Amino acid sequence: MKLTVAGNAKEYANGLTVAQLIELEKVETPQYVTVSINDEFVESGVFANTSLKDGDNVEFLYFMGGGR
Amino acid sequence: MAFSNEQLERYSRHIILQEVGVKGQKKLMDAKVLIIGAGGLGAPAALYLAAAGVGTIGIADADEVDLSNLQRQVIHSTPDVGKAKVLSAKESMNAINPEVTVNVYREFVNASNITDLIAGYDFVIDGTDNFPAKFLINDACVLSKKPFSHAGIIRFKGQLMTYVPGQGPCYRCVFREPPPPEAVPTCRQAGVIGAIGGIIGSLQAMETVKYIIGKGDLLTGYLLTYDALKMDFRKIKLPDVKNCAVCGENPSILQPFDYEQVACKL
Ligand SMILES: [Zn+2]
Repeated sequence: MKLTVAGNAKEYANGLTVAQLIELEKVETPQYVTVSINDEFVESGVFANTSLKDGDNVEFLYFMGGGR
Repeated sequence: MAFSNEQLERYSRHIILQEVGVKGQKKLMDAKVLIIGAGGLGAPAALYLAAAGVGTIGIADADEVDLSNLQRQVIHSTPDVGKAKVLSAKESMNAINPEVTVNVYREFVNASNITDLIAGYDFVIDGTDNFPAKFLINDACVLSKKPFSHAGIIRFKGQLMTYVPGQGPCYRCVFREPPPPEAVPTCRQAGVIGAIGGIIGSLQAMETVKYIIGKGDLLTGYLLTYDALKMDFRKIKLPDVKNCAVCGENPSILQPFDYEQVACKL
């Protein structure tokens, strides 16, 4: 299936979960990442049992705490 | 109020713009902007807003200038090391534009002072370096119906979003709660390229100017992310959140509060 992850369209294995995608994409500080699928936030508690579907648009939003 | 010849010349590049003109320049000169944090983000924002003729700029920071600040905090100079950041910032801003009234607050913002602090301003810029402060600014601005620009930087990356009451999600809609102390690296631990502050802080100044003159599309409902190594800007659409703890339909946060402050001296 084709997913758009952080703006990049790529082929992924069917049935991939959000948790597996996070691991596959080597997401930094994975326990603190915010995920949206097709402009809806996904609760972090359900990453492991949320399967992605062909055509899904996934965004990772990261904490960025610097500034001074 | 009529413009003096000197003002017409100083702001000529603004006034010639169709979107600004004399009217827009007048709006800038009547505007009051508060910058919290006189560092990597606050420095470029303060310099550009002072140069733009924003009439009143407040700047809040409790720290003194440190040698390690000068790699990115371009509002301070080598002779300023040891000086209060807010005073050093004010000198630089008034050197660029003596017409600007700079109010200095040599203090850290906290739940007991932030509401009064932001009350006198039209727009707030978050230039802080830690999550407790970023959540505090968000909550206080949401509760006081005050538009603000959020930003964060680290290493070669930065991001920002703009909150305007009723026009999209707040910072807490997206990030919920601060991560535990030390869970996510700070600039001091991880490093940051100085120019990232220049880019993101300048974008915060740009959002402020657009808000004041009332032109263009603000970054409301979007998070703009910048990755310098990939030279990639992305504008990520943010979902609407109905159950946000501070801006949602049944908020549980009814007044600003402090998270345990982790010392983050840069
Ligand atoms: Zn919210």
